[in-house]
Amino acid sequence: MTPAPGSAPPGRQATRSSTASVRPHRNRWGRTARWAGWWWVLPALLMYAVFVLRPLALTFQYSLYHWNGIGVARWAGLDNYLTVFTDRDLLKIITNAFVLIVFFSFVPVALGLLVASLVRRITTGTFGTVVRTILFLPQVIPLVAAGIAWSWLLSSNGLVNQVLRAVGLDGLTRSWLGDFDTALPSVGMIGAWVMLGLCTILLVTGMSKIDPALYEAARIDGAGPVREFFAVTLPSLRQEIGVCLTVTVIAALASFDIVYISTSGGPGIQTTVPGLEIYRLAFSQRQVGLASALAVVLMLLVLACVLPIQRLTREDRG
Amino acid sequence: MNLSRREHLTGRVFLIALVVVTLLPFVSMLSAALQPRGTVPTGLTWPSDPQWGNFVDAFTAANMAALLRSSLLIIVGVVPISVVIATMAGFGLGHLRVPGGRIAFALLLLGLTLPFEAVITPIYYQMRDFGLLNTRWAIILPLVGLYMPFAVYWMRAHFVSVPPELSEAARTDGSNTWQLFWRIQVPLARPAIASLTILLFLWTWNQFLLAIVLVDDATKRTMAGALGAFQGQWGTDLVLLCAGSLLILTPTLVVFLIFQRQFIKALLQGSVKG
Repeated sequence: MTPAPGSAPPGRQATRSSTASVRPHRNRWGRTARWAGWWWVLPALLMYAVFVLRPLALTFQYSLYHWNGIGVARWAGLDNYLTVFTDRDLLKIITNAFVLIVFFSFVPVALGLLVASLVRRITTGTFGTVVRTILFLPQVIPLVAAGIAWSWLLSSNGLVNQVLRAVGLDGLTRSWLGDFDTALPSVGMIGAWVMLGLCTILLVTGMSKIDPALYEAARIDGAGPVREFFAVTLPSLRQEIGVCLTVTVIAALASFDIVYISTSGGPGIQTTVPGLEIYRLAFSQRQVGLASALAVVLMLLVLACVLPIQRLTREDRG
Repeated sequence: MNLSRREHLTGRVFLIALVVVTLLPFVSMLSAALQPRGTVPTGLTWPSDPQWGNFVDAFTAANMAALLRSSLLIIVGVVPISVVIATMAGFGLGHLRVPGGRIAFALLLLGLTLPFEAVITPIYYQMRDFGLLNTRWAIILPLVGLYMPFAVYWMRAHFVSVPPELSEAARTDGSNTWQLFWRIQVPLARPAIASLTILLFLWTWNQFLLAIVLVDDATKRTMAGALGAFQGQWGTDLVLLCAGSLLILTPTLVVFLIFQRQFIKALLQGSVKG
């Protein structure tokens, strides 16, 4: 980041001091001064410790007990974890989260890549600004609002069925979020809608940074648009794709708002996701131990998915 | 030339299709919100006699004035505190390089991908023990803590990139750490601080889980939490629900449209760093 114009001229003084000692940092400020720096870090760490680290430790602790939140907690050992991994419903709920990843992550990234490779520069001009602004709307409004809007769109009188009727596909109409077969994909589509704009813009921005010479070289080598995409575009966008995947996979695994509003997990447990189940177990079923074990599993799942993505897509950045 | 023009056209067509898909839910909501109360609206039909009065009804039904006040109070509680302490910590870790800072930073990174659901249960009991359930503090305090991993990471990344010679110069001129921070580092960090402020504002306004778990009274929640309660109350009255949802959306939309450039920049950078 460059210093703002008008701030103290750093150049002249900086040269003077850096000739005085190679590492001014270490030599000039005494040991005490460096320890005193902790006062700057302390408030943030304190809030983090009280409202994240302590709850995190408590989640681990609760997960080892049977507890209804009020009475005496009974030691459970790994019972709750055993339940998470053997209970059919809970396994189905975890699977649901992975199905959502397909919709929240792969659909927006694939569509985003398609659009990005079709437009080289939409970042310029009024058209670009308007498009960017509109595509970002789903990121700005609360997910709850997206859930409400789409519940209406997918309801029996909603726009989706209206369109199907208009083109003569009356047989396909249904209450999309209430149907056992279509509920989960429908929730997934809402997520895809939310993520699509962000992914598209990120990928388009990434593409605009690719050196045009690379494309020229590819063309000279006789590459068609498809070869060009796989040889130039895709490798150059590795980092942006990594970012899109990271953001959307976390959103899919930790989804709560959209599901809570659009289906509350139904019909049956067809659209229940771990986040919603933790909420239900802890606050309506009063099974705090089991809820906490599921919370630990969810956390580990997020890490297990995100760390490989980070590693695969960021290694060249050191 | 011909080829690239055709490419350009296809690209535009795709983009416009995306734009239409993005806007449809909003338009469909608007068309439902303008139907006469008590009717069952269908998909996208522009009413012959748009009932703009529905918005007035929804304004009263949603208790909008109270909701706005509550959301603003929560924002005022969360955002300035988070930004100040995260900037200080970023300065300490990234610039002063306190001894053992790496460990503190690693500890913070641990929380970077943490789903809020993972800690919501203990936070509930913690807030109950503090006697803060059903007050705005129950949302404000945990949010500040939960934002710290990202916020400190963000500010540290800025301070690491500031050349140390700059503060060396200030030190030579006799300023202490406090003056160095406020007079030189903070003004230089303004763009990073502005982006962080925008992101935290947005995330707080849209925070749903903490709001519904920790606060029962919808008029003490965030906007998103209040919207959830509104849906619970008016879920069967589709006309009013759509009108109310659009009303509750409006403040964010207005703020977004005014600052759209900054918002988009912050969101893009935010996802890249996060």
